[in-house]
Amino acid sequence: MKHTGNIGKPKRYGMVIDLDKCTGCGTCMVACMAENNVPFKKDESNKLDSITWLRVYRLTNGKPYPDNEVCYLPRPCQHCAGKHEGHSPCVSVCPATATDYDQETGIVSQIYTRCFGCRYCMAACPYHARYFNWWDPVWPKGMEKALNPNVSARMRGIVEKCSFCFHRYQKAMEKAHMEGRRELEEDEYQTACTQACPAGAITFGDLNNPEHKVHQIAQPDPAKGGRPRNPKVFRLLEELETNPKVYYLSSREWVQEACHKPHLLDQKTAHH
Amino acid sequence: MSKVDDTKHVAADGQEKVPTASETGGPIILFFMIGLALSLVVGWVIFPKLLYSQKKQPIDFNHVQHMELVDDGCESCHFFRDDGSFSGAPTLAQCIDCHEEVQSDTENEIRFVEEYVQKNREVPWLVYSKQPQCVYFSHVAHVKMGNMDCVTCHGHIGESTELPVYEQNRISLYSRNIWGKNIGGFKKNTWDRMKMDDCAECHVKEGVRQASVQTGKGGCFVCHK
Repeated sequence: MKHTGNIGKPKRYGMVIDLDKCTGCGTCMVACMAENNVPFKKDESNKLDSITWLRVYRLTNGKPYPDNEVCYLPRPCQHCAGKHEGHSPCVSVCPATATDYDQETGIVSQIYTRCFGCRYCMAACPYHARYFNWWDPVWPKGMEKALNPNVSARMRGIVEKCSFCFHRYQKAMEKAHMEGRRELEEDEYQTACTQACPAGAITFGDLNNPEHKVHQIAQPDPAKGGRPRNPKVFRLLEELETNPKVYYLSSREWVQEACHKPHLLDQKTAHH
Repeated sequence: MSKVDDTKHVAADGQEKVPTASETGGPIILFFMIGLALSLVVGWVIFPKLLYSQKKQPIDFNHVQHMELVDDGCESCHFFRDDGSFSGAPTLAQCIDCHEEVQSDTENEIRFVEEYVQKNREVPWLVYSKQPQCVYFSHVAHVKMGNMDCVTCHGHIGESTELPVYEQNRISLYSRNIWGKNIGGFKKNTWDRMKMDDCAECHVKEGVRQASVQTGKGGCFVCHK
C-alpha cells in the first residue's frame, strides 16, 4: 500500500534577485513582515534586536559624486545546502533539532516550539539571516485579528527566520491534491516578497526544474555545488561553500565584487 | 566542662538505644510500600482526574440520525472547499437548510434553533481533534490523495448518538484526544491518540519520503508550521 509517498522528483526551491532592477523601496520587507506575523516594536532603530526576515542592505561603490553609485541588496534566508545536500551552517550546529534541511524541497525549516534559544545557529549563519525574539510580540490593538493563521506566532526566547513562505507551499499542495495532482505549477507557489516586488526583481521557483525561470536565469551547475553558469549571476560569500539557493544578478562589476563573486576574488589574489 | 559531660552522656545513651537492622526493616518496608502505593494512586488515578477539566458541548449532536439523512457520508457536512482546505466542524450555513424551523420537540433541538439559528449565532463547538498551533495538517492529502477513511484517525464518532464529553488539559489547554484516553499513552487503535509519533509511524509505514537531514526521519515542515 505504498501509495501515499511523495512520488515527485525532489525540489530545490530557490530565488534569483536582480540587483539591477531593485530600487530599494522595501515593499518586499513589508510584505514579508505582514505575511509571516513578524513582530515589531515601537522603536526599531536598534538593528541588533529588531527582526526582519528579509532585510534590504544598501551598498555603495564608495566613489565621490558624480561617480557615486548605490545598489540595494535584499537578503532573505539563503537556504544553504552546504557542501553536501543538507550541511547548512545552521542545521549542523543546532543541538535541539529545531532547524532542519528538507531534501524534499531544499528548504531550511525552523520549528519554533522546538527551539530553546541557544542561538548557535545565529552565530553559525554567515548571512545574519536569523533573528532572536528578545521579547514576546506585542501587537497594536486590533492587529492580532489580521495575523496570518497559516503561520504560527513566535514567543520570547526563540530564533526565527525566513521559511520561503513555506505555508504557501502547503496551501498550493492542498489545492493540487484537491485536483488530483502531486506536482505544482511554477506560479502556484511563490513567496510573498516575490509577488510584492513592484520592480519584478525577484524570481522564485524550483532550481532543479529546467522549465522554471530561476533555473534558466541562474543556470546552476550541480557538479560545482550549484554555482551559477550565467556570468552575471553570483551568490553571497561563495568562498564559504555554503551553497545557498538565493542567487543575485547584476551586470555591475563593483556590485559583484562587493558580494564576493568568485572569479573576481581569484583575480584579486592573483594580483597580490 | 558540663557541656562535654553532657555530650558524652548522650552519646553513650544513643549507642545503647540504636536498634538492629532486623528490628527496623519491617516498619520501614511497610512505610515504603504504603508510600509507593499512595503515590501510584495519586499519579495514575487522582492526577489524571485533576489534569483534565470536563466540558459539555453547547448543543448535543446525534451523528447516527444525521448520517441516515445525508447522501455523502461524513463529507456531506465536513466537506472540502475547492482550494483544498477542509471545512472542519460545520457552521450554521450547513444546518440551516433543515433547521430553520424546529424539527422535533426535544429540549436540545428547541434550544439549538432558538439560541443559535434564529439569532444567527455560530455554535461554539469544542473540537476534539484540534491540534496545537504549531501543527500543520492537510486533510486533502490524507483523504483524497492517501485514500484514508475518517475512522483511521477520528474513530467511530460517526456512529455515535450523542457527543462525548470534551476533556481539556488544564496545563496545555489541548483536547485530551491528542494524548489519548489512556494516561499511560498506550494505544490499541489508530484513533486512540493524535500525537506526533502516531503521525510519524503511519508516514513511515506508508512510504512518505523520510527527507530530514537532522533526524533521518520525516521532514519537520511536513507537519509543522
